[in-house]
Amino acid sequence: MSDTNFDLVVIGSGPGGYVAAIRAAQLGLKSAVIEREHLGGICLNWGCIPTKALLRTADIYRNIQHAAGYGIKVEGATVDLEATVKRSRQVAAQLSGGVSGLLKKNKVTVINGHGKLAGSGKVEIDDNGKKSTVSAKHIILATGARARNLPGMEPDGKFIWSYREALVPDTMPKRLLVVGSGAIGIEFASFFNALGSEVTVVEVMDRVLPVEDADISAMAEKSFKKQGMKIMKGTTVTELKKSANDVTATFKDKKGKTSNGTFDRVIMAVGIVGNVENIGLEGKKIKVDRTHIEVDEFSRTGEAGVYAIGDLTGPPWLAHKASHEAVICVEKIAGQKDVHPLVVQNIPGCTYCHPQVASVGLTEEAAKAAGRDIKVGKFPFIGNGKAIALGETEGMIKTIFDSKTGELIGAHMIGAEVTELIQGYGIAKTLETTELELMHSVFPHPTLSEMMHESVLDAYGRVIHM
Amino acid sequence: MPITITMPALSPTMTEGKLANWQVKEGDTVSSGDVLAEIETDKATMEVEAVDEGTIGKILIAGDTDNVAVNTPIAILLEEGEDASALEGYAVDAALPVASAAPEATPVAATPAVTSSSPAATPTQTSGRVFASPLARRIASNSGVDIAGVSGTGPRGRIVKADVEGFIASGGVSAASTAAQAPVAAAAAPVALPVGTTPPHAGDHTEIPLNGMRKTIAKRLTESKTTIPHFYLTVECELDNLLEMRKTLNAKSDEYKISVNDFIIRASALALKKLPAANAIWGGDKILQYKDIDISVAVAIDGGLITPVVKAADQKGLASISGEMKELASKAREGKLMPEEYQGGCFSISNLGMFGIKEFSAVINPPQSAILAVGAGAPRPVIKDGALAIATVMSVTLSCDHRVIDGSVGAELLQYFKGYIEEPLTMML
Ligand SMILES: Cc1cc2nc3c(=O)[nH]c(=O)nc-3n(C[C@H](O)[C@H](O)[C@H](O)COP(=O)(O)OP(=O)(O)OC[C@H]3O[C@@H](n4cnc5c(N)ncnc54)[C@H](O)[C@@H]3O)c2cc1C
Repeated sequence: MSDTNFDLVVIGSGPGGYVAAIRAAQLGLKSAVIEREHLGGICLNWGCIPTKALLRTADIYRNIQHAAGYGIKVEGATVDLEATVKRSRQVAAQLSGGVSGLLKKNKVTVINGHGKLAGSGKVEIDDNGKKSTVSAKHIILATGARARNLPGMEPDGKFIWSYREALVPDTMPKRLLVVGSGAIGIEFASFFNALGSEVTVVEVMDRVLPVEDADISAMAEKSFKKQGMKIMKGTTVTELKKSANDVTATFKDKKGKTSNGTFDRVIMAVGIVGNVENIGLEGKKIKVDRTHIEVDEFSRTGEAGVYAIGDLTGPPWLAHKASHEAVICVEKIAGQKDVHPLVVQNIPGCTYCHPQVASVGLTEEAAKAAGRDIKVGKFPFIGNGKAIALGETEGMIKTIFDSKTGELIGAHMIGAEVTELIQGYGIAKTLETTELELMHSVFPHPTLSEMMHESVLDAYGRVIHM
Repeated sequence: MPITITMPALSPTMTEGKLANWQVKEGDTVSSGDVLAEIETDKATMEVEAVDEGTIGKILIAGDTDNVAVNTPIAILLEEGEDASALEGYAVDAALPVASAAPEATPVAATPAVTSSSPAATPTQTSGRVFASPLARRIASNSGVDIAGVSGTGPRGRIVKADVEGFIASGGVSAASTAAQAPVAAAAAPVALPVGTTPPHAGDHTEIPLNGMRKTIAKRLTESKTTIPHFYLTVECELDNLLEMRKTLNAKSDEYKISVNDFIIRASALALKKLPAANAIWGGDKILQYKDIDISVAVAIDGGLITPVVKAADQKGLASISGEMKELASKAREGKLMPEEYQGGCFSISNLGMFGIKEFSAVINPPQSAILAVGAGAPRPVIKDGALAIATVMSVTLSCDHRVIDGSVGAELLQYFKGYIEEPLTMML
């Protein structure tokens, strides 16, 4: 490596790290990014993107199964798992290559290897034993996170999978157990269920997708069950016992009652832990709270010149949060004017299961718990012309307003393409619109987005199509 | 017509400064927000931002010039469509003011901006369109706040929800009163210690980040001291009768324990009742005289202070004032005060007697027009009937907003107050 002096060095090239490096380069900082595995991080290689590629296959297969209803006769459609996985990997590879190109275009130095803080503005790199050091005025830690393991239920590459193995399955499990019903667990459950596995989802909380609004959780659960999934709520897995060909799980429900089930594969999706090990935090003024680094609103750690962003820091653990934090952090470092902290309540969250789920802001429960006096609007897909034309009549859009100020406190959606719709409410929240601007906005007809309008109207007793 | 850019006043007290350097040259196009030049005073270096857009037609004062008087034209900006020929025969539209000229003369053409990029309140705009989010406007109008008086911290200084809520929480000027005050407040925002600059003599030090309360105290009291014409009146009150009466009252029941401060609250309220002219605030183009007499009492709490309000204090007896004050003070210390318990109030009391402070003068708590600073009551020699005697004496100093309260009105208020304190029985009427 010729150059060893940088304005900014980023450790980790996920959507946090590579975006930080590019933004820094745009602002004239000499920047480098250190990556020990693949450019693009979990998101492009083992997260957001490859899962969406798999789920696309599930959608197409589902549509083919319903083709007759649209007047198309299709016979003997089958899923080729190997080709499905291959496509998913190709998509990931294409995007990872894209990141490489972007970094090059922006003259960001890419350094291969494991990066580690080495004190006083230095980062030590270990590339398979080959050591080197770079110095930087500013260092951003963006090492991301990995799947959380439960003792005795660690992924074994054969029966017990984390998302890594689940993304490249060598076989279609006939009986699949998914432990955890957060976004990642439910997406895999949805994928394997669509492709024909018998899927059981076990969730410790008393509803699926527990961070979503209770109405949405309830509708999602109903739909998953209708699609043939088995849902066990308020239940924990206490043991996974492997035999030659399968795994027997022991469940314990809230009342302490135990039961058993036998599965071909188990996917563990019980959360993530931050990659805080071996990155040189020892002896630094950097605080770690349950495997995540504590930072201020501009991603500064307790150590001058050291920042942390993305999954390595606090929730929500989402790619767009990582990227946005990256931009804010770098603009602040570069002394840009008008840099504003990220407003967590304006960050949308999406789950790409079937039906899709998307939300931004507070749930009804959280709004009430915060003492807000609220108005709630709901509009079902069945009332929307486009939804009927698409044959996607399952779902609803729920909006929550502050009854005194008209602030859009939260929006919660379930149904076809809602992950593409939620940004509208995200913009509304960021611009701090009230119900009036939303009512005055013209939504094109016929689109699913008209339901966003109707939901707002409903909150104020003015809904038209219901 | 070309626009004259003048030397800005970086603080209300600045009369001259050094034009350190130009960041633009003649012929450069600039748009609002662009940094034009850097100005140095003994306190800080600050950037001068363009307010209008156009082309730099002429630089009148070169970089590295010392002692440039505030309001001296320093450059001429050509508006869109104008070329250098517009400069011909164009007289700079002000006689060059000398360094000693009053700094508050005309509003400056360029807004001084702090060098830091932190999203500290930026003076939003001094006239014309107010940029605010719909939600911020709704909350402001619900609360009777004139949005123009709020400083924005959103993108490009836009006023957002948090700004209005912060403004209200800090007891913001309500309703009509802000109208004319707003521009003054806005122009005065970036004073004294600009955010992000290191004070001179920065030796080894610990940096303490500002919490919300500290920011509010800094902002509001700076605004007060720099925009309100304060004057001060001190009077001494003999306390012996009051102490005697307090002892008698407190001996009568265990249900209350009246403090000297409770007497002071009641005496202030009764004095204000006698003199409605003093129970008023500045409203820009009018004076708002209040009907209710709500007294704010400064309570020191962890990391700052807050002023809970004893509402309708003139209508409450000593025991109930005492009970209410105890509750408010303990809530204040626990951080449990509700906004309605510390917002509003038309007159403040700040008592440092318990620290043995003999007398002091306090900064008015805007939008109020007066604050009473109370010192310790202590035995002092006094002349009584021509002979030296000893009495327990307490000095109080009233800070008044001269726009609302003239010297004679303030003096009259203190006379009434002194009367009540020295003859506490009259407080019982
Ligand atoms: C199955 C799955 C599906 C997901 N789906 C979505 C989704 O749909 N939408 C969404 O928003 N989010 C999704 N996420 C979450 C998303 O992937 C993360 O929030 C995002 O990747 C976080 O970005 P990051 O930059 O913080 O870290 P990461 O993407 O984890 O990147 C960290 C990078 O740092 C590298 N690294 C770590 N330590 C070192 C070191 N010491 N030296 C050098 N390099 C190092 C790693 O190899 C990795 O490449 C999903 C996650 C999973 C697992």
